[in-house]
Amino acid sequence: MTTLRHAATIAAKDLRSEFRTKESINSTLSFSVVILLLFSFAFDPSPDMIAEFGGGLLWMVFAFAGALIVNRSFARELPNDCIDVLVSSPASGAALFLGKAVAAFVLLFGIECVCLPVFGVFYNITWWRSIGGLLGVLALGTWALACAGTFFSALTVNLRLRELMLPMLLYPMLIPALLSVMMLTNTLLTGQAIPDDFTVWLRLLIGFNVMFTTLSVYLAETVLVR
Amino acid sequence: MSAPAVAAAGVWKYFGDYPALRDVRFELQPGECLALLGRNGAGKTTLLRILGGLSGASKGAVEINGGDVRASETRAKIGWLGHSIGLYDELSARENLRTFGALYGVTTAMITEWLAKVNLSHVADSPVREYSRGMRQRLAVARSFLHEPKLLLLDEPFTSLDDKAIALLQGLLAEARAGGATIILSTHQIREAMELASKVALLDRGKLVHFGERTREMVEDPGYLYRTYGGAA
Repeated sequence: MTTLRHAATIAAKDLRSEFRTKESINSTLSFSVVILLLFSFAFDPSPDMIAEFGGGLLWMVFAFAGALIVNRSFARELPNDCIDVLVSSPASGAALFLGKAVAAFVLLFGIECVCLPVFGVFYNITWWRSIGGLLGVLALGTWALACAGTFFSALTVNLRLRELMLPMLLYPMLIPALLSVMMLTNTLLTGQAIPDDFTVWLRLLIGFNVMFTTLSVYLAETVLVR
Repeated sequence: MSAPAVAAAGVWKYFGDYPALRDVRFELQPGECLALLGRNGAGKTTLLRILGGLSGASKGAVEINGGDVRASETRAKIGWLGHSIGLYDELSARENLRTFGALYGVTTAMITEWLAKVNLSHVADSPVREYSRGMRQRLAVARSFLHEPKLLLLDEPFTSLDDKAIALLQGLLAEARAGGATIILSTHQIREAMELASKVALLDRGKLVHFGERTREMVEDPGYLYRTYGGAA
């Protein structure tokens, strides 16, 4: 219970800081919308093409946008050495990690919810037909991104080239989750009949989340205290 | 006999092949105040970080009140004031103290009381980035004392403080000590440190070359310690 209370404190602090400065929100939102717009002009995709790669396109944008958000997760603690105060506090490494991952999840999910209608307009997709399932898949994919991203953000926070190192470490690790979420989103976006392998991808995504969350919570203390 | 407040047993810390701390051993009893002295690069900050659980020792062990320094209940009793203020510029003083207070279970009334104690009540809701350097430092002091820690680890706390703020900090430290808190402060300002210290430690290139009671000579002559025990540049 204490861990969850501490995590909630950290998440609330991160969100308050972000809404005050809007550093990540502004850059991530503008980046996502611009990329969606550019792709729609560049490819002018037909409905068949969208059915084939709509989910991939959307998640490529979210994955890049996610890197911008999680990069700030622990970097936010560097000015004034706030990270030292947090690590010396009674909050465990697991609480710090969970708090930051939840804050990154909320920010990224909010941005995705803004981007989804934009995507619908630019690519002429009636995405709301399976909105429940789509939001569920978005939430699972976003947690995978926020969880793995926050872990690697903690790992790379003291590196001089952390903006470069984080995506290099994160994206290869995310391949199973991204692959699953792209396939699931594709199906739900285009309203295709649910294929047989739908649950396989869903189980892979859930398994990735459970495994990465457990591993990150377990290793957070070791990563933060060097 | 109760466990010492702080016990360092053969602590080594390596950065690569370089030993930043070499076999540091000492014990402090509850209520004692240790002035940790040494030239730049002697290992004062490294030792404080290990004692505060911010960094692990490469060899040896540290115990706080007989417990593991990384145990949550041990850390709840430690107050940390590092080189930097450890505060969020975009948040107000009250929001900063609320955030850190929530991690230690501090009440809103105590936060208001500490804001008044460090003379920041009138700007409590302004963002910290608008504060002067002295105000930021006073807020950092409030942040580290907020949860009434039993062990205070202060890394050069007098740096960038004006005379009024130094007097305030000295008063708070004396008050904390009277309440049974153990204090370790690293500093280059020997005169201020000697006013508070009951014990003095001198580090030289990672080695503890002196650890003992504060003596009259140390108070009267700030250069005495370095001349007698080494640690010269």
